[in-house]
Amino acid sequence: MFKRLAEKGPAISITVDGKPVTARAGDTVASALLGAGIDHCRTTPVTGAPRAPYCLMGVCFDCLVTVDGVGSRQGCLIPVREGMKVETQLGRREAGR
Amino acid sequence: MIAAADLASSYELVVIGGGPAGLAAATLAARAGVATVLFDENPGIGGQIYRAITSTPVSDRAILGKDYWDGAVLADEAKASGALIANGATVWSLDRQRLVGVSIGGKARVIEAGRVIIATGSQERPFPIPGWTLPGVMTAGAAQTALKAQGLVVEGRTVLAGSGPLLWLLAAQTLRAGGRIAAILDTTPRRNWLQAMFHLPDFALSPYFAKGLALLREVRAKVPVHRVGTIEAVGTDRVREVVFSGAGGTRRLPVDLLLLHQGVVPNVNLANAAGVAHVWNDRQICFVPVLDADFGSSVPGIAVAGDGAGIAGGTAAAERGRIAAIAAVRALRPDSVVPDTQAIRQRLQREEMGRAFLDWLNRPADSFRLPVGDTIACRCEEVTAQQVRETAQMGCEGPNQMKAFLRCGMGPCQGRLCGLTVTELIAAERKTSPDEVGYYRLRPPVKPITLAELASLPISEVERKAVER
Amino acid sequence: MAIESRADDEFDVAVVGGGLVGVATAWGLSREGCRVVILDEGDRAVRASRGNFALVWVQSKGLGLAPYAGWTIRSSNAWRGFSDLLKQETGLDVSFQRPGGFHLCLSEKELEARANVLKRLHNQPGIVDYKTEILTHDQVKAMLPDIGPEVVGGSFCPLDGHVNSLRLFRTLHAALNARGVTYLPSHRVEAITREAGEFRLATPHGEIRAAKVALAAGNANMRLAPMVGLEAPMRPERGQIVVTERLRPFLNHPVVTLRQTDEGTVMIGDSKEESVDPSGLTIGVSATEAERAVRQFPLLANVNVVRTWSAIRVMTQDGFPIYDESQTHPGAFTVCCHSGVTLAANHALTIAPMIARGALDASLVAPFSARRFHVQAAG
Ligand SMILES: Cc1cc2nc3c(=O)[nH]c(=O)nc-3n(C[C@H](O)[C@@H](O)[C@H](O)COP(=O)(O)OP(=O)(O)OC[C@H]3O[C@@H](n4cnc5c(N)ncnc54)[C@H](O)[C@@H]3O)c2cc1C
Ligand SMILES: Cc1cc2nc3c(=O)[nH]c(=O)nc-3n(C[C@H](O)[C@H](O)[C@H](O)COP(=O)(O)OP(=O)(O)OC[C@H]3O[C@@H](n4cnc5c(N)ncnc54)[C@H](O)[C@@H]3O)c2cc1C
Ligand code: FES
Repeated sequence: MFKRLAEKGPAISITVDGKPVTARAGDTVASALLGAGIDHCRTTPVTGAPRAPYCLMGVCFDCLVTVDGVGSRQGCLIPVREGMKVETQLGRREAGR
Repeated sequence: MIAAADLASSYELVVIGGGPAGLAAATLAARAGVATVLFDENPGIGGQIYRAITSTPVSDRAILGKDYWDGAVLADEAKASGALIANGATVWSLDRQRLVGVSIGGKARVIEAGRVIIATGSQERPFPIPGWTLPGVMTAGAAQTALKAQGLVVEGRTVLAGSGPLLWLLAAQTLRAGGRIAAILDTTPRRNWLQAMFHLPDFALSPYFAKGLALLREVRAKVPVHRVGTIEAVGTDRVREVVFSGAGGTRRLPVDLLLLHQGVVPNVNLANAAGVAHVWNDRQICFVPVLDADFGSSVPGIAVAGDGAGIAGGTAAAERGRIAAIAAVRALRPDSVVPDTQAIRQRLQREEMGRAFLDWLNRPADSFRLPVGDTIACRCEEVTAQQVRETAQMGCEGPNQMKAFLRCGMGPCQGRLCGLTVTELIAAERKTSPDEVGYYRLRPPVKPITLAELASLPISEVERKAVER
Repeated sequence: MAIESRADDEFDVAVVGGGLVGVATAWGLSREGCRVVILDEGDRAVRASRGNFALVWVQSKGLGLAPYAGWTIRSSNAWRGFSDLLKQETGLDVSFQRPGGFHLCLSEKELEARANVLKRLHNQPGIVDYKTEILTHDQVKAMLPDIGPEVVGGSFCPLDGHVNSLRLFRTLHAALNARGVTYLPSHRVEAITREAGEFRLATPHGEIRAAKVALAAGNANMRLAPMVGLEAPMRPERGQIVVTERLRPFLNHPVVTLRQTDEGTVMIGDSKEESVDPSGLTIGVSATEAERAVRQFPLLANVNVVRTWSAIRVMTQDGFPIYDESQTHPGAFTVCCHSGVTLAANHALTIAPMIARGALDASLVAPFSARRFHVQAAG
């Protein structure tokens, strides 16, 4: 879906559902997923339909993912950090996570 | 990076949003000696038009164009102005007493503000077509944001669909960046010209005239453009095909990415939650706050500047921010020297001149705003257009009762992606105006915060007694 | 259903108010074969039925008026059948559950106060014993494994339950619609008169006539009741609620201040403030609710709050229901209460048939006449 114009900026290693993904400084969690060709990040709590980031500006909440064990974070507003663990979120969030 | 704990308990001026309006407002006020803080939830300043202006990896200036790079000045001025700029700072509450609830890095604070300027800008208008929730369908603005902020350019079979200057701007920027666009599906009804024509003389004098024509030419030279009356995104796990119909019948195109856009509308959530009165704007087909000449709202001490005050573009946003800031400075520090508003108002007027033409020309067709059948109206709660229509038929008169009945607008996006659709659907079913129908009554937090954050806020004895028994 | 006025139509009963009390009563009247019209305000009305906590609650009810306990239990017992009837009519499940509910205490002092309330309640003459027990931390923990260490104990009543009250509200409206009952929003009743044996209700969209009138306008009954020789002394009160995103099920019993809905969201609430401004929200009150919720269930700390709201409780001056029939204007009734969710089954299945027959059954509802306010004042 997307390619990088230039592989600029330091590489940042994160994992997505346990698999290594290389992001770039300046990436948000959502852009890192898109850059890595991951085309959905959650399923909905209502019908379990797959969803992916839609607006990339913080208004749609379709980019919700679990970041470092905390669920329902807005991926498009969170800058990536080295070692960050991102998980796709399936359906309703589990309390305590 | 500013932490929640670093914030003072009160500021003379709180500016919410770091796009052109917020940056210009904060700069002017801080220069006049007003203790100013600017909150923006993004990792960097710039807002939508100047997204990532201080950090973009796109170094070839031709790609994003001169208008984008003009934003660097605003950003530099704001940084040097003395205003405290907090990024990653989400404002989740604002009330009539001007208490500002803000969350930074998972820590919440409530700050008192002498005056508030809401500069939270616009968002793209909902585009409720069948399949718009599928992965692989995004807004054009999203693709533009990915380009500006991360240097991501579309790859594979990409189709753009919709109307409005931003769609064409994204197309041009994408092409300049080496991206390929398989087709543009133009949803602008031809008859829009009839209304728009009256405003052509004004538009011809506005700065957008030459720019707009050049953009169209640039894009049309490289991309096939189809005028369409219906669009459907098809697929199960993700979008696979886009089906559209126009004068030439129905066609299907395989797609990897479908980018939708039909203009931008004010982001009303924070102002609405603060109790600011809004009114329906029929030309822009959206709710706008009721404002005075200085962009002051119906709530004393709270102004709304920038595109949040009604869509007028980035340059106008900055001028509006300045006017609102001057009013704030005058109220807070009457002895301070402020620039002459006359000159600013003239510039603003020039910027706003071409708007009527653009609004009428790009007015989205009813069929792309008033969905039918199983098309999802509320993405969060997955409420369909048919459900909304049927419930309206049952005597449900407005969006607040609709929300109680169907849960539309109750999800995390707080109605941002369904509010206008639900209001317009009810109006259509009731055969009345959206103004009559009204909008959701929004409540804090306008952006989610955690229970622990809420629990950490100061509690008075009276407030505790209201709960503990 | 048409939204325009029906000045020429013949109605047996005009129900004033389209909140839960009004629609439950109207549905019951329609079941009795009455031709019903509901007159309501518009979308932005103050409507407790859109902002409540959705408990079908028994414990604590009846302190100060023993018959209220029996009345509440009657509704609690009728609720299953009521929800089944609604499901048959509409296909919608309002998700009524009665697993028993808790009141959790966060200090010994709170627990002692709780035990005292229950003791005073049960010491009243004529009270129905509804078997509320005081439990220790460990006893609570055995049933609610996720409670935090600060929960010292609480009380438990097996009759307590909850429902999806917004779906109940919608379901009743849908059922009425399917029955062909006329619902007229934006028809705020300004005046009621009785002429030539029928009631005339003046609204901004014209006059509506009906043989009987049932006042179910919540706190507005205070203004309307005197028009038909009745009274409804009210003292509205504001409650604030915090609601979270949808979570996987973790809580099998409702707690009086915290419950998980069938949709997964967690509602946290039960504040009381003397205010009639539903647009005002006090952050410190939400904060207190959140703070107590996290102490009760620490696993909720990181959960996202998606909304808070305040709503005005329909509250009579002594907190108990008012059911009355007019002496001077035969055919006029008041149906007015807090706990309109809990009592919905009674309103639909017990009160409505009485109104249909034209007389309240004193053996059931005499204690709830507003005349009690005079008796008290005199005594
Ligand atoms: C996706 C998108 C892309 C656009 N791109 C262009 C473009 O390239 N060229 C162009 O001419 N116009 C563009 N526009 C139009 C846009 O409205 C501009 O006219 C301009 O950005 C408006 O400036 P503003 O200052 O009013 O608001 P914005 O620039 O929108 O800035 C508002 C800022 O407020 C922040 N914010 C919002 N809510 C909160 C909150 N609760 N707490 C904290 N911060 C908050 C936002 O993150 C944002 O940074 C775009 C609009 C959108 C929606
Ligand atoms: C925060 C809170 C929590 C609660 N929790 C619970 C709970 O857990 N369990 C429980 O059982 N109960 C609970 N309740 C109480 C319950 O919500 C109410 O008892 C119930 O909703 C009352 O319904 P109503 O129809 O009388 O009032 P309302 O819902 O207020 O409806 C009154 C209706 O009358 C209309 N009206 C007013 N004036 C006129 C007029 N002149 N003409 C025509 N129409 C008019 C209004 O527009 C409105 O639609 C709670 C209430 C609140 C506020
Ligand atoms: S993609 Fe829309 S909120 Fe993140």
